[in-house]
Amino acid sequence: MTHWIVAPIVLPAMLAAILVLVARFHISLQRILSVAGTVVLFAIAAGLFWQASDGTISVYQLGHWQAPFGVVLVADRLSTLMVLVTATLAPLVLLYAIGSGWDTRGQHFHPLYQFQLMGIMGAFLTGDAFNLFVFFEVLLIASYGLMIHAGGAARLRAGTQYVLYNLLGSTLFLFALGTIYAQTGTLNMADLAVRVAELDPANSAGIRVAAVLLLLVFAVKAAILPLHFWLPSSYAEAPAPVAALFAIMTKVGAYGIIRTYTLIFPPDLEITQGLFDTWLMPAALLTLALGMIGVLGARRIDRQVAFAVIGSMGMLLSAVAVFTPAGITAALYYAIHSTFATAALFLLVDVLRDRRNAVGVWLNDAVPVTGGPLVAGMFFVAAIAMTGLPPLSGFVGKLLIMDAARESNLVWWVWGTVLVGSLIAVVGFSRAGSQIFWRAHQVASAQEADPESEANEVNTKDNSAPEPALPMVAIGTLLALLVALTVFAGPMTRNLSATAAQLFNTDPYIAAVLSKPGKTIKDDHADEAAHDATYTDTEEGH
Amino acid sequence: MELLVASAIGVLTAAGIYMVLRLRTFPVIIGTSLLSYAVNVFLFASGRLAMNAPPVLRDGVDVYTDPLPQALVLTAIVISFGMTAVVVIMAVGSYLSAGEDLVDVPKEDVDIPQAPHSLRGEPVE
Repeated sequence: MTHWIVAPIVLPAMLAAILVLVARFHISLQRILSVAGTVVLFAIAAGLFWQASDGTISVYQLGHWQAPFGVVLVADRLSTLMVLVTATLAPLVLLYAIGSGWDTRGQHFHPLYQFQLMGIMGAFLTGDAFNLFVFFEVLLIASYGLMIHAGGAARLRAGTQYVLYNLLGSTLFLFALGTIYAQTGTLNMADLAVRVAELDPANSAGIRVAAVLLLLVFAVKAAILPLHFWLPSSYAEAPAPVAALFAIMTKVGAYGIIRTYTLIFPPDLEITQGLFDTWLMPAALLTLALGMIGVLGARRIDRQVAFAVIGSMGMLLSAVAVFTPAGITAALYYAIHSTFATAALFLLVDVLRDRRNAVGVWLNDAVPVTGGPLVAGMFFVAAIAMTGLPPLSGFVGKLLIMDAARESNLVWWVWGTVLVGSLIAVVGFSRAGSQIFWRAHQVASAQEADPESEANEVNTKDNSAPEPALPMVAIGTLLALLVALTVFAGPMTRNLSATAAQLFNTDPYIAAVLSKPGKTIKDDHADEAAHDATYTDTEEGH
Repeated sequence: MELLVASAIGVLTAAGIYMVLRLRTFPVIIGTSLLSYAVNVFLFASGRLAMNAPPVLRDGVDVYTDPLPQALVLTAIVISFGMTAVVVIMAVGSYLSAGEDLVDVPKEDVDIPQAPHSLRGEPVE
C-alpha cells in the first residue's frame, strides 16, 4: 500500500515518456492518454489525502535506504493536500487546453504537461532538501518548454527572462543547500530539524545565512516583493492553460516556506528569531500592495490577472508570516482558493482574447464579446472571488487571514493593507469588466446607427460561429469548486487547522521519518563483509 | 588550499553577478554559467576539504572524504548544463524572432496598440 506515495511522481513521468515515444504523432491518442492520466492522478491524490486525513504520516523510502542516508517521500496532511489541489487543477486545465486547441499550436504540449505535474508532485511529497531542489528543476525545465509553447517573439522574450531569473534562483538554492550541508552534515528534512535544534545559538552564523538564503529562494518562487519581477510578463505571455497551471507554481514557493519554517526552523527556534516579523511580514504586505496597485494600473487584462496573482501571494504570505496555527490555516485556505480563482481568470482572459479579435487583451473599447452573458457572468464571479468580495471563498479566506493577524504585532498594518488593497483590486476589476462588457455595448449601438460599418459584418460573422463547449465546462467547474470551497468552508477549515496543528507538532514527523527501518550502512566491523556485499550490490543496481 | 578554493568561489561569483547584470542575453548567460561553476565548487567544499582521501569505504583506510557533496555536485552539474543549453536555445530563438537580444521590457509593452478604426467606435453621447 505504501507504494502509492510514489505513484503521483511515477505515473506522470512514465506517461510523459509514453506520450513522446509512442503517441508522438497522434494528437487524439495523446489527448486521451493525457486526460486519463490526470484523472487517475486525481484518484490517487484523493486516496493519499484520505489516507493522511486521520493524521497518519506515511513514509516511502526510495531504494529502501534508511532515512538520513536515502531519499524519502513523506505523505502528511500538508503534502497530500497540496497534491490533491494540483491533481484537481490538472484535469480541468487540460480539458481547457484540449477544448481551445492550445495543445495543437505547438509540439509536445501533453508530455511537457505531464513532466510539469511530476515536478510539482515531487516537490510537495519529498522529505529531502536536495531532492526538493531536483524536483524544482524538473518542474522548472518542463515549465520552460510550456512557457514558450506555440512560440512568438513576445513569448520567447518573456520566456528567456523567466528562464534566466529561475536559473539565478536555482543557483541561490544550491548555495543555500551547500551552506546547510556544511553546517549540519545532512539534507534530510527531519534529520535537519533534529540537528538544527542542537546547534549552538552563539555559533550559528552559517545556519542563519542558510535560513535567509532558503527564504530568498522560496520568495523568488512565490514572487514576494523585491523578487517578483519575473512574474507579470511571464504569466501574461505564457499560453493561457500554462498560466493557469502556473497558478499552483507560486504555491510551491509558499509550500516551501511553510514546510521549511515549521519543520527545520520552527518559530520558537532561537537562531532564526525575527526572520518572519522583521522581514517576511513587511515584504508580504508590500507585495500585496504592489499587486493590487498593479491590478488597478494594468492596461491589459492578462497583466491585470498576473498582478492579482502577486497580490494574492502577498495576502497568503502575510498570513504565513503571522506564524501561528491560525495563520497557517488561513494561508492554506487562501492558497486553495487563489489557485482555482487565478486559474479560472487566466482561462477567461484567454476566452476574451480569442473573442475580441482586434484589441485582444488590451483594455480598449471594442465590439461586444460573443457569448457575452455567459462569459461576462463567469468573469464577474471569478473577479468577485479574486478580489475577496462576499459571498465567495476569497471573502472567507480574507476573514480568516484578518482574524489570524490579530495575534501579530503588526495587526493594524495587515488589516489596513488587506482592506485598502482589496478595495483597489475591486476598482481595478470593475474597471476592466465594465470596459470589456458594458462599454462594448455602447460601441455596438454606435455601430448599429451606421450600418455601412465593416465592423458589423465582423460582428455578425463571429456570432454565427459555434463556440466549443469544453473550455466553458472547464472554467465553470473551476468556479463551481470556488463555490464548493465557500459552502464547505466549515469542514474545510477544520481539516486545515488539523493540518496546521500537525505542522506545528514536528515530533511525529521526525519520528516517522527517522525510525522507519531500512537498509543502512553498518559501522560494525564484524558486519563488514555483509555490508560490503550490500554496498556493492546497490552500486551495481544503480 | 582553503584560500585558493575560497577565492576561486569568490571571484567566480563576483564575475558571474557582474555579467548577469548586463543588458544583453549573451553576457547574462555567461554570467549564469560562471555562477553555476561557483556554486559547484562551493558544494564540493561543503563536505570539508580533504586531500588525497578516498570517498568510498576500503580496508586499511582511516581518512575518508565525504562522498555526498560529490554526488550533489554531479547532479548540480548535469542540471545546470541542461538549463544552460535550454536558455541558449531560447535566447537564440528570441534573438532571431525579435531581431535584438536585449533582456529588458520590449517597446511594444509600453505603447497600446489601437484597434482598426472601424472596430474602435466612439463613445456614445
